Amino acid sequence: MADLKKWHELPIGGVIDKPATALAYKTGSWRVMRPIWHEDKCTSCMMCWLHCPDNSIVVKGGKMTGIDYEYCKGCGVCASVCPVKAIDMEPETKFLEEAE
Amino acid sequence: MAVNLKQLAVEFEDPNKIGITSGHRLCPGCAAPMTAKMALMVAKHLGYDVVVGLATGCLEVSTTIFPYSAWSVPYIHNAFENVAATISGVETAYRALKKRGKLKREKPIKFIAFGGDGGTYDIGLQALSGAVERGHDFLYILYDNEGYMNTGNQRSGSTPPGSYTTTAPVGKKLPGKPQLKKNIVEIVAAHENVYAATATVGEPIDYMNKVEKALNFEGPSFIAVLSPCVRFWRIPNDAAVSITKLAVQSKYWPLYEVEKGVYRITKKPRSFKPIRDFLEQQGRFRALLSRPDADKVISMLQDYVDKRWERLLALEEATKDKPAR
Ligand SMILES: Cc1ncc(C[n+]2csc(CCOP(=O)(O)OP(=O)(O)O)c2C)c(N)n1
Ligand code: SF4
Ligand code: SF4
Ligand code: SF4
Ligand SMILES: [Mg+2]
Repeated sequence: MADLKKWHELPIGGVIDKPATALAYKTGSWRVMRPIWHEDKCTSCMMCWLHCPDNSIVVKGGKMTGIDYEYCKGCGVCASVCPVKAIDMEPETKFLEEAE
Repeated sequence: MAVNLKQLAVEFEDPNKIGITSGHRLCPGCAAPMTAKMALMVAKHLGYDVVVGLATGCLEVSTTIFPYSAWSVPYIHNAFENVAATISGVETAYRALKKRGKLKREKPIKFIAFGGDGGTYDIGLQALSGAVERGHDFLYILYDNEGYMNTGNQRSGSTPPGSYTTTAPVGKKLPGKPQLKKNIVEIVAAHENVYAATATVGEPIDYMNKVEKALNFEGPSFIAVLSPCVRFWRIPNDAAVSITKLAVQSKYWPLYEVEKGVYRITKKPRSFKPIRDFLEQQGRFRALLSRPDADKVISMLQDYVDKRWERLLALEEATKDKPAR
């Protein structure tokens, strides 16, 4: 949570006076399935990047470079639109075990 | 422009430039943010700054939970029923300030209103009609998920027959909502001074080309985007894109545009799939499909989409080079 302000410090009418404050809210913790990207298969066609509802496909210079797990909700849309099946969905639990 | 994805990906390498950011609370796999981001990228790519207005609904509620906002462009929300009125006021203020020389800006501004189907077909229809009739220069994007989803799946004027909703459930007596969808594109197109089109997230290039056309159209424009709610369509989280492709292939959601009364079908599939295929992929039709009278509803729908397609072909032929204004 952002630091709580006193009522008289808040902008009138619930106006949010800074853009993109939602970036402080990391939705990656919602994830049940994790997209795993296989760079060797990827053709950087950008279909996953275009569709990802959470802007979590990372690109550089017109090429895909990875997935932003801070925000990725694990919906699997990227895997489903990939024409060359370069993304697999794996259960998050697998990575919990690995981390242990 | 003819959208070049690689070029867009370079331009929006920093995702915070898109206009809608990460950190919003729409369900995983929801199509509403896809609908929004594709439109915003096209507008910015064309060199416009964008002001966004939102009607109450999932896209609005889930992107603006205080003190968070997932918008990196100027954004205004007023109420459920009046996003078209709100954005037309903003657009008028912009024009007035410009006329008096009080705005020194390099980039022209485009005004985009997003509304759900409840906020567009139903409660916001009057505001939309007024704004289009007055001829404001704005783009209205309907993200159509065929129900009042933010409040838990109530029937709207856009809900198709046989789809399960809490207010028109498929029960012992009735196979859900009996009425067909309201034809919103025809309603908007009937204002004549307008560019009106259908689109969907499963055909992104078609959609983005239409956004470009709409933004460059002088005056009001409207795009109805079929935008699945994975939650209440009861489809897997990864299915929003594939289901809308099927919607196009089954004539459920024909892709076309009407520019000042002139019809053009923008995608003519070489072969069609039966409407049953589209219904069977979605849990919201499961209760319907298990009823003894399911075939009756399905054939009614099939008959409707077939006739509508023939009608569209005929309208395309009849209105060629005959704009209403
Ligand atoms: C005048 C008014 N009536 C009812 C509501 C409650 N309400 C909030 S969102 C919503 C449903 C919105 O449906 P839709 O426009 O289809 O958007 P969706 O949530 O499906 O994306 C309703 C009924 C409201 N905010 N204002
Ligand atoms: S799983 Fe969903 S949120 Fe995560 S990167 Fe893929 S499309 Fe984006
Ligand atoms: S859709 Fe597949 S091939 Fe295309 S950029 Fe994404 S991972 Fe690579
Ligand atoms: S309820 Fe439906 S429309 Fe609303 S965020 Fe979830 S999937 Fe999207
Ligand atoms: Mg809706």
